[in-house]
Amino acid sequence: MSVTLLIEQLINGLQLGTMLFLMASGLTLVFGVMGLINLAHGSFYMVGAYVTALTTASTGSFLLGLAAGVLAAAAAGAIVELLVIRRLYGRQHLDQVLATFALILIFSEGTRWLFGSSPLWLSPPEALSGSVALPGGARYPVYRLVIIAVGVAVAAGLYLLIAHTRLGMRIRAGESDREMIGALGVNIRRLYTLVFALGAALAGLAGSLVGALQAVQVGMGEPVLILAFVVIVIGGIGSIKGALLGALLVGLVDTLGRVLLPALFGQFMAPSEAAGAGTALAAMLIYILMAVILAFKPQGLFAAHD
Amino acid sequence: MTRPHLSPLHSPAAATPAGPRRWLDRRRLVHGALLALMLLAPVAADLLGEVYYVNLASRIALVAMAAVGLNLAIGFGGMISFGHAAYFGLGGYVAGISAYHAFDGSLVMGLPGSDDMRVIWLAAVLLCGLLALAIGAISLRTTGVYFIMITLAFAQMVYYFATSWPDYGGEDGLPIYLRNSLPGVDTQDALSFFLICFAGLMLSLALTSRLMKSRFGAALTMARLNETRLATAGISPFPIRLVAFVVSAMITGLAGALYADLNGFVSPSMLSWQLSGELMVIVILGGVGRLYGPLAGAILFVMMETLLGGLTEYWTFFLGLVLLGVVLFARQGVIGWLAGSERHG
Amino acid sequence: MGERVLSISGMSKRFGALQATQDVSLDLHAGEIHALIGPNGAGKSTLIAQIAGSLKPDAGEIRLGERDITALGVARRARLGLGRSFQVSCLAEPLSVLRNVMIGAQALQGHSFRFWRPVDSDPRLLAPAHAALERMHLAHRADTPVAALSHGERRQVEVACALVLEPRALLLDEPMAGLGPEGSARLTELLETLKQEVPILLIEHDMDAVFRLADRISVLVAGRVIAHGDGPTIRRDPRVRDAYLGD
Repeated sequence: MSVTLLIEQLINGLQLGTMLFLMASGLTLVFGVMGLINLAHGSFYMVGAYVTALTTASTGSFLLGLAAGVLAAAAAGAIVELLVIRRLYGRQHLDQVLATFALILIFSEGTRWLFGSSPLWLSPPEALSGSVALPGGARYPVYRLVIIAVGVAVAAGLYLLIAHTRLGMRIRAGESDREMIGALGVNIRRLYTLVFALGAALAGLAGSLVGALQAVQVGMGEPVLILAFVVIVIGGIGSIKGALLGALLVGLVDTLGRVLLPALFGQFMAPSEAAGAGTALAAMLIYILMAVILAFKPQGLFAAHD
Repeated sequence: MTRPHLSPLHSPAAATPAGPRRWLDRRRLVHGALLALMLLAPVAADLLGEVYYVNLASRIALVAMAAVGLNLAIGFGGMISFGHAAYFGLGGYVAGISAYHAFDGSLVMGLPGSDDMRVIWLAAVLLCGLLALAIGAISLRTTGVYFIMITLAFAQMVYYFATSWPDYGGEDGLPIYLRNSLPGVDTQDALSFFLICFAGLMLSLALTSRLMKSRFGAALTMARLNETRLATAGISPFPIRLVAFVVSAMITGLAGALYADLNGFVSPSMLSWQLSGELMVIVILGGVGRLYGPLAGAILFVMMETLLGGLTEYWTFFLGLVLLGVVLFARQGVIGWLAGSERHG
Repeated sequence: MGERVLSISGMSKRFGALQATQDVSLDLHAGEIHALIGPNGAGKSTLIAQIAGSLKPDAGEIRLGERDITALGVARRARLGLGRSFQVSCLAEPLSVLRNVMIGAQALQGHSFRFWRPVDSDPRLLAPAHAALERMHLAHRADTPVAALSHGERRQVEVACALVLEPRALLLDEPMAGLGPEGSARLTELLETLKQEVPILLIEHDMDAVFRLADRISVLVAGRVIAHGDGPTIRRDPRVRDAYLGD
């Protein structure tokens, strides 16, 4: 195991972590403020990726595509909130799960209907397609570093938004006391739509950015969604800080586990067996991590409230 | 302030009846009709030589049985498991792996494989019970949204394990070349196999019904409706829930083992989160917490899949719309609509 | 005074900066009603939760008879004979009154892992449940869903639920709240006869009821017991007047 490879994987882990944070922060915000579990969050990720890929292909500008993707996801979020989600606040979790599961079916099959089953491809912009030298000599793609930078910037922006703006104050008020905030004269309906659209925009941003690294296809959102669930369960549902920590933890553990475990098993097993056992265990690693954390802290690392 | 839980989703199937029930009321009539339809339609299809429809009926019976298992957790126990595909798939893999080793005579963990369904069923039920015991012991420490997400995550863990473990086909799955056997029954015959599936469904319905009327069922009902009351009455909710969760997984796992035999194939798709979601949809479509809800839901689901699927490739789009409509506007489910609302006492 | 049934010593609980209870000691003797009074926010609910076992105390010890139950959970304490009622009624609304009461009988007879015999025809559950309802004058309501009961009837069901556990001690958290004069009088009467069998630790706002029923009164203010004694003693105590009439 070379140091170079390790550094490379460390950065990959950070990149996965920042993307997971973009997904998880929206989920956790929506849960914290509105008490809603939203399975269709992965659909906004997909919407972002599709719109970015299509816009970039027709205009030739990735930046334009990115903006369009984020806006489309936000708009999709706002529309879904107005039409469906609004009726689910205060309903049982089971209703929320089913209604948002139905939304997944509608989004996924609708997208397949419109654009077919074959994936779209999106390349990173020309200017970011190069690579830089890492310590140790290996080259690392600039685009992935940019993704990390964007993720960090969004995390900082989100912090500023929540800690220092009027909207943020209302969000915090909504998290601690839903009735109180109505009494304060805040327009709750608008706040909820806004928060939901913000979460959708963050998911869309993640989808747009990742779309340039992998195939843009139907169903791309759900594996990320489930990882984001693991993230917020670990971090504590409703806590942005927990989402950040959980995302980095899951990103790093997952990425490093996939490299290190087969190597580790190779120390005392035949190479072919080690690869099999190592890969299988690595695939389960973050869930084991989740189980261990839950065994000690059933409410997650930074429990806000249930 | 107390908030009465009177929404249909909370209808307690195990409530004391308010008065003597007529022997043949609308409810019993509908339930009897469902079972008769379930049994007679494939017999008729078999007489007409329509094997396709016999197999379709087997599929409905098994999906219904899996949903009966899930209904025990969700409907009767109030535990919203979004991970029951783990048990359905594990049951399927037990059937596949056992048949695989019986076929080539090799050992699995020091044991020989077997193509005897009785051995497979026993192994599937035991292994699913163990898995549910482990997952339940961790997940049931939490409630609400945490529980939903954690059960989903653990099922996903099993899914990824199956895709990345190369010995049994990984992502490609594992074929069962010859349907497993049962002494005295020609399992290759579609109708005979259907009857096995139907017997499994009846057994799971009878078990659930009996269970919910027993002391255990009374405690589980109270755990769902008001766990503080249960604890104050001197019963810890946790072990009650855990046992119900394990039994629920066992039923779903047994259905999975049969399902693999029906298809002659087991793959990670039996473990996928979509399947967990679909099982949930069936429970809700039928009517949550109603004994016959899963059967009604399974008939509706598989029929929609077959009919809509024949019309359009994108049938799940319409399934989504229907489901959304049911959740937002018709929360009693099909069985509530057919058989009337459950009487509480 | 009868034998000591329940004793609480040195009970403390802190929530962040708030000291909810501090070094509270109380006891309950056979045949008595011991009332716990205090202004809102004095820590009464916290104390009840600590005694019932739903809240873990930071310090202190609870004994039921000779047995130390400090480390036991709610269900275990209930089975050992600690019955309680809640300030806000805590029953399964859609189930019948009978079903709500039967669950206690079931707990008392051992574990609930009996999967076969239907409860609806089990005399070992029905008989004690009916008996408890009879005691609370609720026999005619046995088959009614709790959701259809009046506020006062729910209070009675709660006490019946506690009685079916054959408790050694009862914790009643504001049973008179919202009852109205007539209901309140009826319950007062019931409790008066009940105490001969089961001693009662009574938390109550209705001072008339407290002074009429209680053999002893403890006054909880800001998490501490500031006064203790029989009715007349408490009435005369200047600290109690201060606490209630403001400082």
